Amino acid sequence: MAQTLYDKLWDSHVVHVEDDGTALLYIDRHLVHEVTSPQAYEGLKVAGRKPWRVDSVVATADHNTPTDHWDEGMAGVRDPFARLQIETLDANMREYGAKVYFPFLDKRQGIVHVIGPEQGATLPGMTVVCGDSHTSTHGAFGCLAHGIGTSEVEHVLATQCLVTKKMKNMRVSVDGPLAPGVSAKDVVLAIIGRIGIGGGIGYAIEFAGSTIRALSMEGRMTVCNMAIEAGARAGMVAVDDATIEYVKGRPFAPKPPFWDSAVAYWRTLKSDLDAKFEREVTLAARELKPHVTWGTSPEMVVPVDDVVPDPDREKDASKREGMERALSYMGLKPRTRMTDIKLDKIFIGSCTNSRIEDLRAAAAVVKGRRIASSIRMAMVVPGSGLVKAQAEKEGLDRVFRDAGFQWREPGCSMCLGMNPDKLEAGERCASTSNRNFEGRQGAGSRTHLVSPAMAAAAAIAGHFVDIREWR
Amino acid sequence: MQKFTSLEALVAPLDRANVDTDQIIPQKFLQSIKRTGFGDACFSAWRRDPAFVLNQPRYKEAQILLARKNFGIGSSREHAPWALRDYGFRAVIAPSFGDIFLNNSLKNGFLPIVLAESEVDQLFYDTASFPGFKVRIDLDRQTVSTLDGTKTLRFEIDPFRKHCLLNGLDEIGLTLRHADKIRAFEARRKTQFPWYF
Repeated sequence: MAQTLYDKLWDSHVVHVEDDGTALLYIDRHLVHEVTSPQAYEGLKVAGRKPWRVDSVVATADHNTPTDHWDEGMAGVRDPFARLQIETLDANMREYGAKVYFPFLDKRQGIVHVIGPEQGATLPGMTVVCGDSHTSTHGAFGCLAHGIGTSEVEHVLATQCLVTKKMKNMRVSVDGPLAPGVSAKDVVLAIIGRIGIGGGIGYAIEFAGSTIRALSMEGRMTVCNMAIEAGARAGMVAVDDATIEYVKGRPFAPKPPFWDSAVAYWRTLKSDLDAKFEREVTLAARELKPHVTWGTSPEMVVPVDDVVPDPDREKDASKREGMERALSYMGLKPRTRMTDIKLDKIFIGSCTNSRIEDLRAAAAVVKGRRIASSIRMAMVVPGSGLVKAQAEKEGLDRVFRDAGFQWREPGCSMCLGMNPDKLEAGERCASTSNRNFEGRQGAGSRTHLVSPAMAAAAAIAGHFVDIREWR
Repeated sequence: MQKFTSLEALVAPLDRANVDTDQIIPQKFLQSIKRTGFGDACFSAWRRDPAFVLNQPRYKEAQILLARKNFGIGSSREHAPWALRDYGFRAVIAPSFGDIFLNNSLKNGFLPIVLAESEVDQLFYDTASFPGFKVRIDLDRQTVSTLDGTKTLRFEIDPFRKHCLLNGLDEIGLTLRHADKIRAFEARRKTQFPWYF
């Protein structure tokens, strides 16, 4: 029978199935970070259990590590609670071990969803889990990758399996060429706007079509990263030449004599032509514009040349109420042009948009210019130490610094505001991250999600601009 | 895991759609390395508003949260069900849940119940209309019923999850009964795809 990519990935990892369809799914790669793992390791210890296969674990500290004061070492972690979590991960790694651990301050440390692919620790055909919802990122490699909770982290550590049920198949196809200035981020924001934040609940989404095929691996990661913002735990893209080229030669990628047989297998990781999807969604790339969120959920998004929507024109009472609450929280009036919205701060970073291509796109916009005097702070946080080093080699750090941006050390940073990088209450930020929830970037923070080029242009102009008109 | 069999309790209505995990527990409370002590963190930003539903004395003893669609959307933080549980809730009823939140809840003896939107609407109406409105949840029978016996709503739950909840089973222990199968699978996989190991 014809199978989807997800069907193939699922079938190749099922260890056992209960009568009701609940399955034990074998996990190849377990990514671990400091925030959602301490209770899991403690649980193991209390029960007297050992990790099943430590060399499936790739670990790093990223969520609450500071992005400055690295020269002071651990003393640079001013927050004692953050320090305790980082030290607890250090201790758990010493006690239990891992395939590889990139501790705080290591030059290969970074956001877990950036370093997995960067190291070749994420490979096509794998199951990848992590105690973080943006694990969907890794699906860009033709993996089954999704976020899990801490009890599941403990379960995977102890058994190498996840207790789970099969999801339904959804295919989102985007076809045609993207206009200049329209990026992978805009594609996924448009998709979320279309299917809504709950539209993908219960589904694994395969992103397909010529537009997706034409994206770089980094662009595909951006798209898969935000599958969870449409409610789908897992997003994925079929393997093709771009996948294989990206993986080749990375530190943990297969080497001869295994490389050729690995590639031969990976090439089968695509949906069969007549495979059935429970839901199909299609978008035409030529209609896509740069997108900006206006509200407090990623589905509250419009093209940059549009206006803030008017709740009075919404017929659904519950939706209208949600819109009114969002506008009040965001301090916005209906029908305001998006390009009239002024920003206080700019954040370029996160597992969605902190890779080298993202930094290049942003740097191309700011080169030779200065951030607007009304911008209180603009920061660039590379996704990993290696991304940072590459950017510095290309001189991007100078471009950003000369423009008035702060150039920081890698980590999750202001995407979720667990470390000192936060917005003050009421501050408005153009952010390349993935969530604009109330309080996401600090209590009372106001987040607008955009692409790296759009964030960069907003920093220079002081308000949103249509990057397609940027000269 | 704490068992869940049945519960007769006051219902608190949270009449907002798309309540995300960052509202259930803001990020600043995720720095603990423990599994308990998150009660004060539960909806902490919204609770600063005196008019917020959980600040109303009539819902003080509520153990069942009534919510709208997509409850628990967002992050994988298990701190979300931990916070709801530590606050005093044992169950949440909504038309739909974020997938990861739903899973996390089931592993903590905290029961997420999916009912049809119309049924949830009716419960919101009942909760607003009758101060002290309670329902009885019977996990074994998979029902939510009003105490006067006039209404019984049936909900679905995976038999395996139900079995674990009813008996408060340690899921890791259950999985390890299949340790031989896991080892055999792993050995086969290692032969077939050595590059994953």
